[in-house]
Amino acid sequence: MNTNVISPEMGNKKFLNKLESMKIDVHACYQCGRCSSGCPVSDFFDLKVMEVVRLASYGMEDILLNSKTIWLCAACETCATRCPNDIEIAGLMDVLRSLALRKGVTPAQPRVPVFHQSFLDSIKHWGRAYEIGMIAGYKLRSGDFLGDMKLGMSMFMKGKLSILPHSIKEKSEIKQIFSGKGKEYER
Amino acid sequence: MRLSYYPGCSLHGTALDYDHSVKEICRRLDIDLVEIPDWNCCGASSAHMTDHEIGMRLPMRNLLLAQESGLDILVPCAACFQRLCAADKELRKNPEFWDIKDYSPSFKIIHISTLLSRPDILDRITAMTSRPLSNLTVACYYGCLSLRHPKITGAINHEMPESLENIVKAVGAKPVSWSHRTECCSGSLTMARPDIARKLVGDITDAAKRAGATAMVTDCPMCQANVESRQLDNGDDGRLLPVFFATELIAAALSGDYPQKQQKVHLITPDVLTNLFVSSNATREGSA
Ligand code: SF4
Ligand code: SF4
Repeated sequence: MNTNVISPEMGNKKFLNKLESMKIDVHACYQCGRCSSGCPVSDFFDLKVMEVVRLASYGMEDILLNSKTIWLCAACETCATRCPNDIEIAGLMDVLRSLALRKGVTPAQPRVPVFHQSFLDSIKHWGRAYEIGMIAGYKLRSGDFLGDMKLGMSMFMKGKLSILPHSIKEKSEIKQIFSGKGKEYER
Repeated sequence: MRLSYYPGCSLHGTALDYDHSVKEICRRLDIDLVEIPDWNCCGASSAHMTDHEIGMRLPMRNLLLAQESGLDILVPCAACFQRLCAADKELRKNPEFWDIKDYSPSFKIIHISTLLSRPDILDRITAMTSRPLSNLTVACYYGCLSLRHPKITGAINHEMPESLENIVKAVGAKPVSWSHRTECCSGSLTMARPDIARKLVGDITDAAKRAGATAMVTDCPMCQANVESRQLDNGDDGRLLPVFFATELIAAALSGDYPQKQQKVHLITPDVLTNLFVSSNATREGSA
């Protein structure tokens, strides 16, 4: 698909069906801009929230999956809470991020998904978040070795970072959750 | 009162002291906490932001474990609270989809500030306060996840909440009226994009200072860590605001003591609170 053309005629029908099945009614948007104006991270976005919603209603999946916005959204739910048409905008952002990951789209903000992945890896492994393991995983994979070293050290000194992982008993149940055999993947 | 207790990972890690203060004040208020056995991480923001199914199944496992006792579930962490509420709504709507035959527990999922701001509990807190925190001027900061989306959290006053203000008033502190009480501090981005977190935290703390606050009070462990730590990067303009947990203030006011161990947990020195206790050693035995 030519990703430069913005037109409902070029829209990805499968994507639109997915949004419909999840009851994310992007077509209800009348571009009032409340979502964009209240978004705390808006200054850093390449696509404003109202643009994301309109592009989604056109089915412009490729543009959206390649945007920085989907990774910089902090999931604060301000937009969705304020939308006069009750559009699940934060849910839309979730869908876009998971689609981008599943389709292997190179993220426009690579460190953000690396962080999420490192966090989830520690849960997959132990059942609970293990901060030091997660931070190490994040640093290794993101190449962000120097960022926050001082902060990490002072948190460690204050006993906020436990050396040992926090493990649950039934780890097999957690592995099952992460096994990729979920129903949603089949749809 | 007996409640199920879901501490969540933060309260067993970076916010261990939050767990301690929750338990301490519940003990003083005769609230029995029964920790959900073998609970797992709720997935926090990372799970639902990247994978809907994992983001649902992780908190669901905890709900199914909690179903056995059937007690209402007390949740101090805002993120855990939001995720457990989301999973609960989804399971009630459509248990078969999630391979559960029947899910209709009578328990409620209760956020800590909802519990503590109940009028009867506020009265008891005030009555049991041995050291009122007079002259402590605080900006109550809610952040996002205990409030939004109100369809999930059930928050009634999601735009103008007042539970934290009522709690700090009960122990004699003075809440200021200010603008950024429910703004996002971008905790979920703080590691990958500290620059964004610095800007958002700067906006929030500037607003709190303009309103005359000398400290902030929250009930969210991510906000507490993010707002304290990113202020340090923002450079010292001479007035850094320590961020207290509401339960930390209550524990201090009830016990009449603000122990050194607790002071040291803060990345920003909590002198505004410590100083209130300097001359108060004599009142210590007043703790109930
Ligand atoms: S707030 Fe809702 S209706 Fe208004 S622009 Fe945003 S998505 Fe569209
Ligand atoms: S959920 Fe994301 S897009 Fe919506 S207001 Fe928050 S940061 Fe902005």
